[in-house]
Amino acid sequence: MKFSLSWLKDHLDTDAGAATVADKLTSIGLEVESIEDAGARLKDFVVAHVISAEKHPNADKLKLCMVDAGDGQPIQVVCGAPNAHTGMKAVFAKPGTIIPVSGEALKIGTIRGLESRGMLCSSRELLLGDDHSGIIVLPADAVVGQPAARALGLNDPVIDVSITPNRGDATSVYGIARDLAAAGLGTLKTPEISPVAGKFESPIQVAVNAGDACPIFAGRLIRGVKNGPSPQWVQERLKAIGLRPISALVDVTNLMSHDRGRPLHVFDADKLSGNLQARFAKDGETLLALDGKTYTLDSRMTVIADDAAARGIAGVMGGEETGCSDETVNVFLESAWFDPVRTAATGRKLAILSDARYRFERGVDPEFVVPGLELATKWILEWCGGEASEPVVAGRPPAWRREIAFDVARVKSLGGIDVAKDEIVRILTNLGFKVDGEMKVTPPSWRSDIEGQADLVEEVVRIHGLDKVPSTPMPRSGAVAKATLTPSQRRTRLVRRTLAARGFNETINFTFIPRAHAKLFGGGDDARQLENPIAADLDAMRPSLLPSLLAAAGRNQARGAIDLMLAELGAQFESGMPEAQSAVAAGVRIGNGARSWSKATHPADAFDVKADMLAALEAAMGSAMTAPIKPGAAPWYHPGRSGTLALGPKVLGFFGELHPAVIAAFDIKGPAAAFEIFLDAIPEPKTKGKARSTFAPSPYPAVERDFAFVVDAAVAAEDVLKAARNVDRQLIERVEVFDVYEGKGVAEGRKSLAIAVRLQPKDKTLTDAEIDAAAQKIVAAVANATGGELRT
Amino acid sequence: MIDTSTLEKQILDGVSAASDEAALEAVRVGALGKKGSISELLKSLGAMSPDERKVNGPRFNTLRDRVTEAIAARKTALQSAALNARLASERIDVTLPARPEPQGTVHPVSQVLDEVTAIFADLGFAVAEGPDIELDDYNFTKLNIPPDHPARQMHDTFYMAKQPAASSSEAVGQRNVLRTHTSPVQVRTMLKAKPPIRIVAPGRTYRVDSDATHSPMFHQYEGLVVDEGISLGHLKWVLEEFYKAFFEVDQVELRARPSYFPFTEPSVEWDLRCDRSVPGKIVFGTGNDWLELAGSGMVHPRVLAMCGIDPERYSGFAFGGGLDRLAMLKYGIPDIRPFFESDLRWLKHYGFAALDVPTLDGGLSR
Repeated sequence: MKFSLSWLKDHLDTDAGAATVADKLTSIGLEVESIEDAGARLKDFVVAHVISAEKHPNADKLKLCMVDAGDGQPIQVVCGAPNAHTGMKAVFAKPGTIIPVSGEALKIGTIRGLESRGMLCSSRELLLGDDHSGIIVLPADAVVGQPAARALGLNDPVIDVSITPNRGDATSVYGIARDLAAAGLGTLKTPEISPVAGKFESPIQVAVNAGDACPIFAGRLIRGVKNGPSPQWVQERLKAIGLRPISALVDVTNLMSHDRGRPLHVFDADKLSGNLQARFAKDGETLLALDGKTYTLDSRMTVIADDAAARGIAGVMGGEETGCSDETVNVFLESAWFDPVRTAATGRKLAILSDARYRFERGVDPEFVVPGLELATKWILEWCGGEASEPVVAGRPPAWRREIAFDVARVKSLGGIDVAKDEIVRILTNLGFKVDGEMKVTPPSWRSDIEGQADLVEEVVRIHGLDKVPSTPMPRSGAVAKATLTPSQRRTRLVRRTLAARGFNETINFTFIPRAHAKLFGGGDDARQLENPIAADLDAMRPSLLPSLLAAAGRNQARGAIDLMLAELGAQFESGMPEAQSAVAAGVRIGNGARSWSKATHPADAFDVKADMLAALEAAMGSAMTAPIKPGAAPWYHPGRSGTLALGPKVLGFFGELHPAVIAAFDIKGPAAAFEIFLDAIPEPKTKGKARSTFAPSPYPAVERDFAFVVDAAVAAEDVLKAARNVDRQLIERVEVFDVYEGKGVAEGRKSLAIAVRLQPKDKTLTDAEIDAAAQKIVAAVANATGGELRT
Repeated sequence: MIDTSTLEKQILDGVSAASDEAALEAVRVGALGKKGSISELLKSLGAMSPDERKVNGPRFNTLRDRVTEAIAARKTALQSAALNARLASERIDVTLPARPEPQGTVHPVSQVLDEVTAIFADLGFAVAEGPDIELDDYNFTKLNIPPDHPARQMHDTFYMAKQPAASSSEAVGQRNVLRTHTSPVQVRTMLKAKPPIRIVAPGRTYRVDSDATHSPMFHQYEGLVVDEGISLGHLKWVLEEFYKAFFEVDQVELRARPSYFPFTEPSVEWDLRCDRSVPGKIVFGTGNDWLELAGSGMVHPRVLAMCGIDPERYSGFAFGGGLDRLAMLKYGIPDIRPFFESDLRWLKHYGFAALDVPTLDGGLSR
């Protein structure tokens, strides 16, 4: 919402300048987005009279001018503009002036041997436009020596205010003046509107047939008008806020909209057939609107229609066929009130943004339907002549009166500030509220946003001064703050920092990905599609974090980073419902790791990411991860080089090398392995208290024995370990694999698996016989479980 | 009298000439071994008369001692020289680089999240979470933004393409959205908890908006307090304390502006006093500029009521701001878009070390 300072002062009696007005507006909740004050910006540029402009003796395209800038001393200026001529008035900059387009100070220069002691300026040099074909020609009556901005009509600062959706009352210059007056910045001086007496009965009648969507519809015929340019002051007002004056009959509606927040419509009465009514549109009914587009309407939209067809989309935009032109002689003026919710819905559905919609959907003053009609009538008669009929009014304004019992103690309890009751009453009264002796408050008709006591508190506090609210400490619940993270939040943090400590760079990626990528990871179905993606290839909610990480890896590789360790903690989506998202930590290792003079590299493999997954899980759980690994994982992993870690039916994680097809789809170079940890599946820690179990190392020596078993190549190492471990879980403290060998010396299809078994007696030193017995049991158990035999 | 001086000189010359331990051992065996020259001399004492023995015994023993000593000394010298030679040969180039370990980093948003939660934990705020895909009802309607409310235009909302099955009454007839703010977490919290409530809800949020200063996905944090006797004054205090702690300055100054959010009444936006006179640098608590940092207000009575809390008895405030924005302001990160582009160079440049865990006692940042 833009307006110029002088426009504001049509309604508000105040000496305040633009800066004061802007500060006050912001402090009362009408946030100033910008002030364009060309007068202040161009204060160093003055009107000059070009005494003479002759050809430069040493240059064909330059002119040597003598200029009077107001002090009577002719100044010599060299000018390249073709339109510089003797006797003109121009915009002059003296040496030292900062030229807006360059940001540099003007210097005295010598051009082709002649000194130039100033500059005559073009629009572009002053950043007033793109025109650089010549210098600005000022009107002949411009006063020499005065600021050029005044002569250009630019000495009126323009303020742009951002109006929040609740403040329909402030979508007009008058409304803004009203709020400022209530806040003590000047007094309202808008003249009363007096009705224009009709000279005849309106031949066109109006009717309301749209229920609550249009409770009141007023209008009148004005005949014998002559359309043409609107008065200068109107054009200046409109131009100041960036609107193009068109003709008096069009400008009158724009002025009403911006000056009074009262959108109305002017029909060319000779193009209407029969009477007008507000009714619901018929499904499929079409209308060519003023923007030149044809809209297809439906029965939830309201239209203004004559006996033949819909002629306007109520509250949104008028129709092209019944609009005014230069030939218009008879007009019908429409002023109605349209329901904000329906207007918003219609505007959104048709994707029309208009000044009318902007106001109707925020709520137009329901008591201003007829006064608005009267004021517009007055303007049309003044600007275009003609004579007006009696007004015709159908329906009545929507009920807006409501009484709020106001407990003034709420100002303190909600607003946190003491405001005296007198002051509260004064503020509300100044804002147009009626307040009776028992603090029953009736908001004015233009404040449909005021519904309850909290709204009244806001009114009081914003006008009294929000900055006066004192900072009030909240009580602490205890001297020492308690922990506030849930176990799951704590786990997430531990996993994140464990992964970073292992060398992963944490990323955060968009949760929407290309559908084609989503399909590789079990997603890409309709339930997870976005209706209105930001880009055509960011349309699917991700079913896994890996496509995000792999896409990121691909981008990094394209920049030359080949070896990568990227991780993310975030959501994956199982459907399009809120409850179907789960928290995941995932990581990818790509490449062979950093090359080094001292260390052999190896391609990222399943055992790298298995270690990552286990380390993260162990950090999250605070204990060793002993759940078994099952071969195989989700389909995006290499089927033979991946594993799943599960506790019963709950999958805690996948790890492994990625499926070659997936790697190819992401255009990634080099080996790639990944893990996914399903954070929501991690069991809650058992509450065992804080004390650790007693430290009780055995005083008896441990014995370590190595065994090499030859087993079928397909036998899982875990089965060998388990068989050995289960021989005597009391005695056997640890079983580890320390070598795996296939090749020469071991039969085809077999492998050698070397394990170290550590025996730790608790109550005595083991004898050789006991050790041998244990060893024999281990060999027998492994043979029994896996067919393994001792390697000889 | 047997002359030992020649023998002694001969042996000692041999000791001196031994260039390694093996040669020295040969000399030792030649002199002191079973059949060594000195051993033979000592053996010859047995065949001598007592008088001869009396004269020669001490002389032979002295000879043996001197030779033994010389051999030991020579041995030490040889060992020392050998060690020195070995050490000299074992020299390495210590300027070669250390064995590389990958350097991981924590994303700035995660780091700032930990900072924010540390501060709010001290103020008694628990961390609450909610889903990214949200019911229209929770994202809008229960926040006093009914369908067709003009405020919905302030939210450039991502919609899910498919109408959800009528699995819950709230979802009927409305497509789910990507939450446009973290405020639905307020709704979720109030629907299940009774006052007093103090939560902070951080998370990813989404708007259909992408340009130099907007990313379609970004992070917000949101605070909610509901209790008896809660006023705007408390809100101001919490924000002052928060910004002071977060920006690690002794003093901040907040400017309040009336604003509008459908779910708060009164609604307030807050600007923080700052100094931006040095390009690319921003200092809080001083200067002549104002930076808009948070939207807030007293929870609308209708929102309380819709969430099952009696607005006659309880009041509350809510506030929210951008988490990415906090990271940008505090750590001088100029642009939001690279936050989500996963450029390794950016991650390494702006990321944080794994063990840089923000704490109130250790300081939130270095």
